[in-house]
Amino acid sequence: MSNSSSQVEIVRQSLRRRYRKERRFRMYGIAAIAVALLSLFILFADIIGKGYTGFLKTTVTLEVELDGDTMYLEDPTNPDEIAMADFTAPIIAALQTHFPEAEGSAANRELARLVGSYAASDIRDLLEANPDLLGTIQTMEFLAHDTVSVYVKHADNPRYTVRLSERQQQWVDELMEKGVIETGFNDILFSKGDSREPANAGILSAIVGSLLTMFVTLVISFPVGVAAAVYLEEFAPQNRLTDFIEVNINNLAAVPSIIFGLLGLAVFIGLFGMPRSVPVVGGLVLALMTVPTIIISSRAAIKSVPPSIREAAEGIGASRMQVVLHHVVPLAMPGMLTGSIIGMAQALGETAPLLLIGMVAFIVDVPDGLFDAATVLPVQIYLWASSAEQGFIELASAGIMVLLTFMISMNALAIWLRKRLERRW
Amino acid sequence: MQTANLFPLVLILAAVAYWLAFQRSRAVAAPLGGVRHLKALPTHYAARAALWSAIPGLIVLALWTGFEGKVIQGIVMGSLPQDMWPDSPGKASLLLSQISNVASGSLDPDLASEPIAKAAALLKTLREQSSLFMTILVILITVLGAAFAWFRVAPHINARNSVETTLRRIFFVCAALAVLITLGIVFSVILETVRFFGRVPITDFLFGTSWSPQTALRADQVGADGAFGVIPLFTGTLLISAIALLVAVPTGLLSAIYLSEYAGKKVRSTIKPLLELLAGIPTVVYGFFAALTVAPFIRDLAESIGLEASSQSALAAGLVMGIMIIPFVSSLSDDVINAVPQSLRDGSLALGATQSETMKKVIFPAALPGIMGGILLAASRAIGETMIVVMAAGLAANLTANPLDSVTTVTVQIATLLVGDQEFDSAKTLSAFALGMLLFIVTLALNVLALKIVRKYREQYE
Amino acid sequence: MNSINSTIPGDATMPEKAPLAVEDPVTEERRETVEIEEGKTVGIPFSDNPKFALRNVEVSYGDTRAIRNISLDIARNEVIAFIGPSGCGKSTFLRCLNRMNDSIDTCRVKGSLMLDGDDIYDPRRDVVELRARVGMVFQKPNPFPKSIYENVAYGPRIHGLANRKSDLDEIVESSLRKAGLWDEVKDRLDATATGMSGGQQQRLCIARAIAVSPEVILMDEPCSALDPIATAKVEELIAEMSESYTIVIVTHSMQQAARVSHRTAYFHLGHLVEVNETNKVFTAPEHELTESYITGRFG
Repeated sequence: MSNSSSQVEIVRQSLRRRYRKERRFRMYGIAAIAVALLSLFILFADIIGKGYTGFLKTTVTLEVELDGDTMYLEDPTNPDEIAMADFTAPIIAALQTHFPEAEGSAANRELARLVGSYAASDIRDLLEANPDLLGTIQTMEFLAHDTVSVYVKHADNPRYTVRLSERQQQWVDELMEKGVIETGFNDILFSKGDSREPANAGILSAIVGSLLTMFVTLVISFPVGVAAAVYLEEFAPQNRLTDFIEVNINNLAAVPSIIFGLLGLAVFIGLFGMPRSVPVVGGLVLALMTVPTIIISSRAAIKSVPPSIREAAEGIGASRMQVVLHHVVPLAMPGMLTGSIIGMAQALGETAPLLLIGMVAFIVDVPDGLFDAATVLPVQIYLWASSAEQGFIELASAGIMVLLTFMISMNALAIWLRKRLERRW
Repeated sequence: MQTANLFPLVLILAAVAYWLAFQRSRAVAAPLGGVRHLKALPTHYAARAALWSAIPGLIVLALWTGFEGKVIQGIVMGSLPQDMWPDSPGKASLLLSQISNVASGSLDPDLASEPIAKAAALLKTLREQSSLFMTILVILITVLGAAFAWFRVAPHINARNSVETTLRRIFFVCAALAVLITLGIVFSVILETVRFFGRVPITDFLFGTSWSPQTALRADQVGADGAFGVIPLFTGTLLISAIALLVAVPTGLLSAIYLSEYAGKKVRSTIKPLLELLAGIPTVVYGFFAALTVAPFIRDLAESIGLEASSQSALAAGLVMGIMIIPFVSSLSDDVINAVPQSLRDGSLALGATQSETMKKVIFPAALPGIMGGILLAASRAIGETMIVVMAAGLAANLTANPLDSVTTVTVQIATLLVGDQEFDSAKTLSAFALGMLLFIVTLALNVLALKIVRKYREQYE
Repeated sequence: MNSINSTIPGDATMPEKAPLAVEDPVTEERRETVEIEEGKTVGIPFSDNPKFALRNVEVSYGDTRAIRNISLDIARNEVIAFIGPSGCGKSTFLRCLNRMNDSIDTCRVKGSLMLDGDDIYDPRRDVVELRARVGMVFQKPNPFPKSIYENVAYGPRIHGLANRKSDLDEIVESSLRKAGLWDEVKDRLDATATGMSGGQQQRLCIARAIAVSPEVILMDEPCSALDPIATAKVEELIAEMSESYTIVIVTHSMQQAARVSHRTAYFHLGHLVEVNETNKVFTAPEHELTESYITGRFG
């Protein structure tokens, strides 16, 4: 006891140093969390900053005189004449009314490049559909050329290079003041497929492709995953085969996704001769990837059903299968659904395996079936992100925002479902 | 009829079978004095009818769809005159696509040679016939199964047992699918890998220090197959994974410690979902971020301090990959730290240890094996990650340890070698499968080891 | 004390019952008649030379009051035993003495708790220093998953009590000797502590606690997870330690309380009903509730 008070003294003296360490350790923890959250914030800010302009389109509204003489077109019902006619001429003419000083073929070319290359075909389509409009004056809204769009949206952003001549820039400035060139909500993004031109490209076909692929994935992986989980939890005997199956499931959950792409390429395409780039194969590959996730979460859900429920049902003479199908599975369903939604969200964002089975094709049309060539949203984002054209970057960011919206809503749904349906025992 | 339409049709037929059998069992039971005089419930008879009609139908449908393409191809190729038989799989696929293009009408039949036009016509009829036969066969089998079950609705037959046994077997098959997938993976990489090693010696592959599979311009060129030394890919993968782990392990571990030991309930319940959000972001988004934001930023930064950096640096890919793995490390560490019994914390605190002393000297050492397991899993994930490196790391197989240089990885090479049009059967294409095999073996070994460690650790604390 | 032993049932014949289960009509009847007056303790709760002076202590978890207005002195170098039915608050009260309740968010402690005249719950008070002076041994042996040596050396290390390796060796040896463990483990100090038997683990935990030379040792049912032989050894150890430390022991076993303690405190539903000389409590309890408890009418 005699040395006890001296020891208390020693402890007391060490305290300051030790509390400094304690504070420092705590700071490390806070710093680590700050780093993680800051990364998340920068990531989102960067994508939104790059991509919100993807939701804007630049349009040029012109009073176009559909004059047969300038177009070399007399009879719009004659396909040969349509094929030979010059539909750019009325656009140039309409622009010249704003800039009478622009003359000569060089100026005409520059004027024509203010509108996108689909503008001429817009006029053609209009005349083909309504031949009697020939000779009238129509107010038409055209998509601006990509270079104009970049100039309008990103003139002061150093990351973008403006590819307009001095003269064109002046014209665009003037037209913007007059309200001829405007920006508006980019409905094309949601109503069209991919295109060589950023202004005309959309994510609709990719979204439909994703939905078709997810449908296949869900239809296969959910029943199989749940059935496998039920077997392993309720029926599997304790033997080496069961152990082996379990080891396989745990390992598959951690196999890199690109390996599943190799599997799809070699087995579904190589061995079974299934077509490339189709949602069915993509969905199958993603299903194989998702099954282990669903099995693992479904098993956890089944485990959480208390044994008393099983005993109660067995006690009144229900067979094992009846106990499982009538009591265990319904009670575990919320947990199973939650796990499956999270697994599906992962599959929705998956890219690498789909690259290998050829879902990187350039898809303009909306796919209309499971066996129709398609691409999916993340692959579309990848394609745009690796494109040289500047206008695609903002589209890729916009696509990312759409993808993230999907994923976050799916996860929110899972959380809501868990809170709503899961009971505590 | 197409598989896509036939599949729901089979299900509808099975539903009809269910209903019919249900009605019949009630009809059979009625004169006996009610359902309780049957050996099983009406739903059991009905379920048996549905199973007996749907299962054989679906099996036939799956087999037919799976093999019809190959069989038809074989017949069509066989119909060609002998001198046109292709001598390599590459030519065969070229010929096939030509024939099918003619058959589908996208290539003008008049432009094709006569045997090809003939083959195309044959292909067309075979496809139509196959589709017709499949439809007839599947519907027939489905209906037969249903009819058989319908006749077997009798009071003395215990349909419940057979339904339950069948269901149990189906469940087993679903569970065994995991083994089948693993076998499928092994099978799909091993065949091509063996063929690859027939062309490139395995020692050259494993110990070669140069990787340039793209050099094969002409087939008759000497050494046209390029160089297939995997070492630069391996070092590139390791460099990027090491950077990623260097970011993710301290950050993930320290945040897990802070959240589980210091943070209040409220803080924890807001920050944890945010961290998990990082894990939910698709890898293509990280790739975009790495390639278009982080990589240019690092290049500019390096240049401003006089260093030379590639526009696709290992550092950019590694950093972003690290951010991606943070939640992975933190949730695994969180599990492991929480598994350490409270009594150890109490024991240390009761001796007058501060919280950080308890953490560093008692809990962390106790949790170390589990944390190591988690880090191994994270490493396996970093090694297998594809999109970030495809987008942000380069294609040049540099043998370097400089994080500002551009390196390439195993996954990047697999993806680039197999995306787009492939030359069938070239060493270049086959090498992707050899890389896949290597990747599978390495990640499998890491996973098995990690799971073993984690399980052992869990058992230690029950 | 031997005479007392024969009057109370042994551990083995006293299975733990649910807290205050209403089974015994006699007890039930009694409980209706016996009024516990809050803050009133019979016997001799106070001391002239207190180590701890505890006045009007109230502890609550959220809305639940676990300890109701308890006042008690714990004298220097005495061994005091806390007994009472499960859920009566004796462990809670014990954990207040070195603030082990701090980690429970909802736990609130009111009243005055003085250690050598200093308030334990003073916000400026340092828990680390407090716990260095007031050690604790838990119900279940909780050795760290390290070597035997490292377990004992842990405390002195974190507090910086040894400057040299030889000093540390000395502390480890003397602590293990005091815990009566030295002869059993001196050849395998580097062996892992989790490989020891339960009784050895608990004595190791005691050695670990005394290695920091505390003034007080709190023991929360230290023998409940041990077999009778190991229990006997730990009890022997407590008796030896009582010469140099103040010991507060919570126990379920009245035999144990009778064997090791000088005074015994009986807790009931968060009240401190009676504190008295141990042999007085077991031979002639003043309070009815104490009497029914020690005669095994409920527990």
